Amino acid sequence: MPRKPIHSCTVERLEILGPDGALDASLMPDLDEATIVELYRTMVRMRVFDDKAVKLQRQGRMGTWAQLKGQEAVQAGVAHAMIEDDWLIPAFREHGLMFLRGVPGHLIYAYWAGDERGASFPEGVRCLPIAVPVGSQFTHGSGIGLSLKLRGEHAAAVTFGGDGATSEGDFHEALNFAGVFDTNTVFIIQNNQWAISMPRERQTSSPTLAQKADAYGIPGLQVDGNDVFAVYVAATEALERARSGGGPSLIEAVTYRLGDHTTADDASRYRTGEELAHWQEQDPIPRLRRYLEERNLWDDERERTLEEDAAKWVAAEVDAMNAMPPPDPGDIFRYMYASMPPALAGQLAGLTQEVDR
Amino acid sequence: MSTGRGQQYTGQASASETARLTIAQAVQDALNVEMERDPSIIVLGEDVGLNGGVFRATDGLFERFGPDRVMDTPLAEDAIIGASVGLAVTGMRPVAEIQFMGFVYPAVNQILAHAARMRNRTRGRLTVPMVIRMPYGGGIHAPESHSESYEALFVHSPGIKVVVPSNPYDTKGLLISAIRDEDPVMFLEPKRIYRAFREPVPPGSYTVPLGTAAIARQGSDVTIIAWGAMVRVCLDAASALEREGISAEVIDLRTLNPLDRDTLLASVTKTGRAVVVHEAPRTAGVGAEIVALINERALLQLEAPVERVTGFDTVFPYAKLEKHYLPNRERISAAVRRTLEF
Repeated sequence: MPRKPIHSCTVERLEILGPDGALDASLMPDLDEATIVELYRTMVRMRVFDDKAVKLQRQGRMGTWAQLKGQEAVQAGVAHAMIEDDWLIPAFREHGLMFLRGVPGHLIYAYWAGDERGASFPEGVRCLPIAVPVGSQFTHGSGIGLSLKLRGEHAAAVTFGGDGATSEGDFHEALNFAGVFDTNTVFIIQNNQWAISMPRERQTSSPTLAQKADAYGIPGLQVDGNDVFAVYVAATEALERARSGGGPSLIEAVTYRLGDHTTADDASRYRTGEELAHWQEQDPIPRLRRYLEERNLWDDERERTLEEDAAKWVAAEVDAMNAMPPPDPGDIFRYMYASMPPALAGQLAGLTQEVDR
Repeated sequence: MSTGRGQQYTGQASASETARLTIAQAVQDALNVEMERDPSIIVLGEDVGLNGGVFRATDGLFERFGPDRVMDTPLAEDAIIGASVGLAVTGMRPVAEIQFMGFVYPAVNQILAHAARMRNRTRGRLTVPMVIRMPYGGGIHAPESHSESYEALFVHSPGIKVVVPSNPYDTKGLLISAIRDEDPVMFLEPKRIYRAFREPVPPGSYTVPLGTAAIARQGSDVTIIAWGAMVRVCLDAASALEREGISAEVIDLRTLNPLDRDTLLASVTKTGRAVVVHEAPRTAGVGAEIVALINERALLQLEAPVERVTGFDTVFPYAKLEKHYLPNRERISAAVRRTLEF
């Protein structure tokens, strides 16, 4: 009886545009100049949107906010690869993807300012509300992917999570389920190196997160998550495979959380300035800007205009949030069930009396 | 434990005559009727397809509706419920099975954090019309973790309805109502009486509305309140008490959330005495809520403190000791007598 290898696994990493501006033209996707400029604009808008939320929080006008800063390329690249019929199943740091998918910015702000109406998206926006219990959204992606498959829709369920979330049992059950039923699902891990204070190495002793796909019999790929071209290529491949019945995939997008975990966190307690400085050099936004400038597609004037436009847009979203009428206390009760049980109606009557007094 | 292969039942969705069915067969019948009516209904769970479920409650569905509507899932309760949430928000109507209530814990995060909250947190934009079926309760000499009654966990959790039938007729009618409900419903099947008796069950479609209790037996001296397998034990106790000249009314709650408070309070107001019976542990059990409700609404009509006959605040004992744990006729009768002698 021999003892011999019966399975081995290799993990690919995809990089197209390096932090030093080097480009692998052979891997470059077919994107026209206007589209690349638009990807850049999108990433800057995300950062402005994110920075504004932090400022609002510091002024006491926003609850806790989970910053996306540094992860713009993942979100812009994936959003550009998605089609209208695809579903987005976010974790809680995908604000950029959410507004690109049609969730109005003022609703995203309103949610984080403590208003449930912020998760009541416009009709036709195929996006779940964010999932706060870490990792609990992965199985929804499996279920939505199965639903799309059963109904023969040419669409996929794009499911996000972080490196920390891969330690949750949900991650295993979701990928396993998706693999068994060949669902139309793409799992994207934003490996931003930190789960609050725990580094990626403390979540798993696997050298990569992408390799976990192999155990579920599905394709896995690691990409430079700060390279919008690599993200776009990886997401396009995986999404087209999922939509056309080729089954689920896992993408590990290696990126970095340049901000704190949330506005309630202080990352300087657990990570070094040197590490932060290293990753600031990998920042996806200057990287793409340099690419554009080298091709005379961008300059300071355009940057100034973009920043002004983004600031105006964000201010309008803040105004729209502030213009929302105060929520009705009765809304605590109104959406619990399709029709309100008598006991709940009694509690609502009690609250109404108290509020009106 | 017998799996009942000998009395295989293949569904009577197209039958025209009332048949005498067990509770397990009534589950099967309801699923047949509803799946025939609505192609968005799918059944998923462990061993529910080819094997027809470990209690045969889904027997014949796989052959009839195929693998895309009767799905044998990996052994993963969290994924079964989490995927069902995903199916439900996109227009399917999943009927998920958890093989035993003692195995539901890995799925509790999905049930409480997502299924029960989706309507509220999206202000009605996304909803989760799903049924989570599971056998619950003791009394069948099952292995460890196969006998739990943790309905109170879910009754305590806003956003999810909890239904517990006690007989075949109600099982079919309540399950059809649960499947058609626009909100998630936990459907707890009393496995001790899955095949204990048969009753006439009409063919085709009918509903028993959720949130309505039944008066299982009329009486005038005391109200006994129960659900699931305990209803039969209470009816048995009521018959014995009748021989002592005590007239006990038995209320079968059928739905624990929302609770039919009107039927319950009307009966207690009439009799002036109440005994709540459940096999779940006593502390913070559903019985405690019922006692509180009676105290709030019917205190002045009470002739005696409300009694509780429940399981103990212990781990459910293994087979050799379970008969000491489960409420029985004698304990219920003694509690009734205490309310009369107060």
